[in-house]
Amino acid sequence: MPVFWLILSVLGLGGAGYVAGRQRALASAGGDSRNLHSLPSYYGSNLFIKTVVPAFVLLIIWLLVQPFVIENRVIGLIPTGEIAEGSNINLVMAEVRRTAEGLDNLVALGLMDEDDASNMRADISDVTQRLKDAGQVVTSTITQPILHAAQEYRTSSATGSLYMTVAVFVLAFAGMLFGLKETQSDFRARNIVEASVKILLIAAASIAILTTVGIILSLIFNTVEFFRLYPASQFFFNPTWLPSFGGGLDHDGNPLSKLGILPLLWGTLYISLIALVVAVPIGLFAAIYLSEYATSKVRSIAKPLLEILAGIPTIVYGLFALLTVGPMLISIFGDGSLGWMKAGTAVMTAGLVMGIMLIPFVSSLSDDIINAVPQAMRDGSYGLGATKSETIKQVVIPAALPGIVGAILLAASRAIGETMIVVLGAGAAAKLSLNPFEAMTTVTAKIVSQLTGDADFASPEALVAFALGMSLFIMTLGLNVFALYIVRKYREQYD
Amino acid sequence: MTDASVNSSEPRRKVSLTETDERTKRRNAAEARFRMYGIAAIAAGLVFLVVLLTTIVSNGTGAFQQTFITTEVYLDPAKLDKKGQRNLDDIKKVSTFGYAPLVQNALLKEVTDAGIETPLTKRKHMKALISASAAAQVRDFVIANPDRIGDTVEFRILASSRVDGYLKGRVFRESVARDKNIDAEHLDLVDALVPLGVVKKEFNLDFILGADASESRAEQAGLGVAMLGSFFMMLVVLGLSLPIGVATSIYLEEFAPQNRFTDLIEVNISNLAAVPSIVFGILGLAVFIQFAHLPQSAPLVGGLVLTLMTLPTIIISTRAALKAVPPSIRDAALGVGASKMQAVFHHVLPLAMPGVLTGTIIGLAQALGETAPLLLIGMVGYIATNFPEGLASGFLDPNSAMPAQIYEWAKRADPAYYERAWGGIIILLVFLLTMNIIAIILRRRFERRW
Repeated sequence: MPVFWLILSVLGLGGAGYVAGRQRALASAGGDSRNLHSLPSYYGSNLFIKTVVPAFVLLIIWLLVQPFVIENRVIGLIPTGEIAEGSNINLVMAEVRRTAEGLDNLVALGLMDEDDASNMRADISDVTQRLKDAGQVVTSTITQPILHAAQEYRTSSATGSLYMTVAVFVLAFAGMLFGLKETQSDFRARNIVEASVKILLIAAASIAILTTVGIILSLIFNTVEFFRLYPASQFFFNPTWLPSFGGGLDHDGNPLSKLGILPLLWGTLYISLIALVVAVPIGLFAAIYLSEYATSKVRSIAKPLLEILAGIPTIVYGLFALLTVGPMLISIFGDGSLGWMKAGTAVMTAGLVMGIMLIPFVSSLSDDIINAVPQAMRDGSYGLGATKSETIKQVVIPAALPGIVGAILLAASRAIGETMIVVLGAGAAAKLSLNPFEAMTTVTAKIVSQLTGDADFASPEALVAFALGMSLFIMTLGLNVFALYIVRKYREQYD
Repeated sequence: MTDASVNSSEPRRKVSLTETDERTKRRNAAEARFRMYGIAAIAAGLVFLVVLLTTIVSNGTGAFQQTFITTEVYLDPAKLDKKGQRNLDDIKKVSTFGYAPLVQNALLKEVTDAGIETPLTKRKHMKALISASAAAQVRDFVIANPDRIGDTVEFRILASSRVDGYLKGRVFRESVARDKNIDAEHLDLVDALVPLGVVKKEFNLDFILGADASESRAEQAGLGVAMLGSFFMMLVVLGLSLPIGVATSIYLEEFAPQNRFTDLIEVNISNLAAVPSIVFGILGLAVFIQFAHLPQSAPLVGGLVLTLMTLPTIIISTRAALKAVPPSIRDAALGVGASKMQAVFHHVLPLAMPGVLTGTIIGLAQALGETAPLLLIGMVGYIATNFPEGLASGFLDPNSAMPAQIYEWAKRADPAYYERAWGGIIILLVFLLTMNIIAIILRRRFERRW
C-alpha cells in the first residue's frame, strides 16, 4: 500500500476514534456532559492522538530504517569483482536501484508479470532488452549479480512495505482500543491532550535548533570529505583559484585544480568594503537627519521610502548592476575615456550596487539606536550652549557609538553573504588585485558556480563549495556574535 | 576644556549680542553644513530609489508589448494532408517543418500584394521576419480544426525577436550589419509593412501567462510557468511556516520556562535570521536532495528551504504580536476557569492574529523574491516550458520560480532576453507591492491598541 494511502487511512481511523471517544465518554457520563471531567471533545481528541501518533512514529522510523537494512543486505550479494575499476560500491548500488525501479515500472505498466520480474534465473539480455523497450533508463548492460541484487532489492522492499503496513495498522488499532478502554467519565482527558499539544509546541520550537544542526552537519560532513581529497594547506594558502574541469592529479601527485580561497576572500572583502564606503556615510547621515532634524511629516515620508530599498529583492539589484551600473561605469572609466575598466562586471559595479542595497539597513538600525539615546543628554548639551550639530557630534554619536558599530558590523556580514549582486555584477575571474575596476569574484559567487556546474558531486571541484560555505558561515556568524558582544559590552546604561 | 579657561589671560572683548561674531558664524556655518550632509544623504538614497525604479520601468515595460504579424495563411491540403482523408494521425505526421513554408508564403503574398519594392522576393527571405514559433502555432490550429484544411485562415503570429527589437529601438541598422539573422533589407521591409498594419506592436498576454522558451526564441518566452512554480513554493512556505512559526512563538512567549533549552532556541532563532541565504541553499542541497532524495528543482524542496529561511522573520513578528496582547486578557480567561492552553488558544491567539498575518505576509514576500538558495537546489538552468498537470505534479515536477527565471533570462546571450528580465522584475515587484499593501491594510484595519 503506498505510504500516502496508509497515512490517509490511519488519519481516517483517527477520525473514527474521535467520534467513538466522544460518544463513549458521553455514554459513560449518562449522556450529561456535566458529569465528565473534561469537555467531550477532549475525550475524542485523546483517542485521535492515541490512534494516530504511535502509528505515525512507527511509520517514520520504519521508512528511515528500512532502506539502510535492505541496502546492507543487498550489498552483501554483490561480489567485489563486480565493482569496476574507478567505480565504487555506491555507483553499483545506484545501478541496482535503477534496475529495481525499472522492473517495478515494467510490472506497473503490465509489460512484465510479477513472476518474471522476480525470477532468479531470468535471462539477462532478455530483461535488459525489455527494460530498454519500455523506455526505462538502463545505463549499461545489466550483469547477473546486479540483476539478482535488484530482484532481491525489490522483493525485500515489497515485503518490508507489507510488514510496515500491517504493523502500522495493528499499532493504530491497539492505540485506539487502549484509548477507548481508558475513556471513563472521571478520566482526565484535557490534561493529556494539553500535554500533547505542549509537546507539539516544543517540537515546533526545536525546529530552529534542528535547522542550525542541519546546516552545521551538512557543512562539516562535506567539508571533511573535501579535505580528505584536497590538502587543507592548499585551500587556505594557495593564492590561485583555478579549478580544472576534469579534476585529477598531475605527475607529482598534486591536484590539478588550484582551489585557493585567498583570491575569493580578497574579492569578498574588497566588494564589501566598497559597499560599506557607500552605505555607511549615507545611511548614517540619513539616520541622523531623520531622527534629529526632520519634522515628523518628512520622517513619515522619507523613512518608508528609504526602506523600500530594503524590500527590493536582490535579483533586482543584480540585474541593475549587470545591465545599468556596469555599462554606465564603462562609459565613464572604460576604454573610450579613462581606460581603467575593461568590462562592465567589476568590483566597483558590485560594490556600488551592494552599497545602495545596504543604505536602509544601516539607516534604520542606526535610527533606532540614536532614538534610544535619552533626551536628557541632548537637553544638557543644549543647556551648555552647544548647537544641534555639536550636540550630535559630541554627545549623541559617542553615546550611540557601540550600537552604530554593531549596525555596521551587521551590514558587513550582510555584504559578505550577499550572492545575487556579485553573481551577476562582479565577474567570474578570481584575482588578487588592487584595481577596483577589475572583475573579481567572491566566496558566494563561487559556491554557486561550483555547485551548479557539471562537476561530479563527489569531486573536490564540487565539494570545495561546502568548504567555502563553511568559511562563509563562520565569517558571518563571527561578525554577528562580535557585533552583539560590542553592543552589550559598551552599551551605556541609562535609566 | 571651555574656551573661557583657554583665553583667561587676555581680557574678553566686549561685543554686542545682536551682532554675530566670527566664531558664532563659524559654528552656525558648521551647523548648516552638517544639516546639509543629512539632507544630501537622504536625497542620495531617494535618488538611488528613483533611478532604480525608473530603470526598471523604462526597460521593462517593453516586454509587455510584442510585435505581431497578422497574415492570412492558406492551409494547403497538398502539403498538410497528402492522403486527403482528413485522418488526424496522418495530419500529425506533418512536422512544423512542413508548416513553415506556408507561413512564409503567406507573408510573401502580403508583401507582393501590397506592391512593396524590395529585393527580398523569395519565400526563404521571409524566414528572418517570422518567429520560429509561428509554424507550431499554425500546426496546433490545424490539428485542433482539421476541417479547415484548404481554407485561408487569418493568424496573428509572432514576429522574430530582431524585428521586435527593431520596432522597440533595440536593434539598429548599424548593428544588423554583423548580424547573420537579419539584414538591413529586412528592416526596410518591416518599415513598409508597419503602415499597412501587417506588422504591429500589441499587448502580449503570453509574456505574463506563457511558458519559457528556448534560448533562440526570446519573443515567445513568458513567465507563467515560473509564476506557478513560485505559487506552489509559496503554498509550501505558507502551509509550513505559519503553523510552525505560530507554535514556536506561543511556546516561547507563553509556556517556555527560563532555562538553558529556551536560551538555546532563542540564540538559534536570532542566528538563523542572520545566516546568508546561500547557506540555506547548501542546507537544502545536502539535506533535502542528497540525504532525503527529494526531487531536484521541485517547488516542494524550494518551499522547504524558503520555509526554514522565513521562519525567523515570522517568529519575531508573531512574538511581538503575542507580547502586545495585554496580560489582563490571560488573567480574565484563567479567572473564569480556562486552562492555560485554553486561555492562549481561545483568547490570546485570536487577538494577536492580525499581527501574525501581517508578519507572515511580509515573510512570504521576502521568500518570493529570494533567489540564491534556489540556484543551489537546481531551479535554474531548467527551461520551464511545461505547465504542471495537477496538484502533485505542481509540487514535485521540476519547475522554475519567478526570480530564478529572471536570473536565467539575465544570463542568456540574446539582448532580447534582458528586456524580458526587466519585465519579469516588474511583475515580481507588483506581487511584492500587493503583498505589502495587504499587510499594511491588515495592520491598519485590525490592529488594536490597548
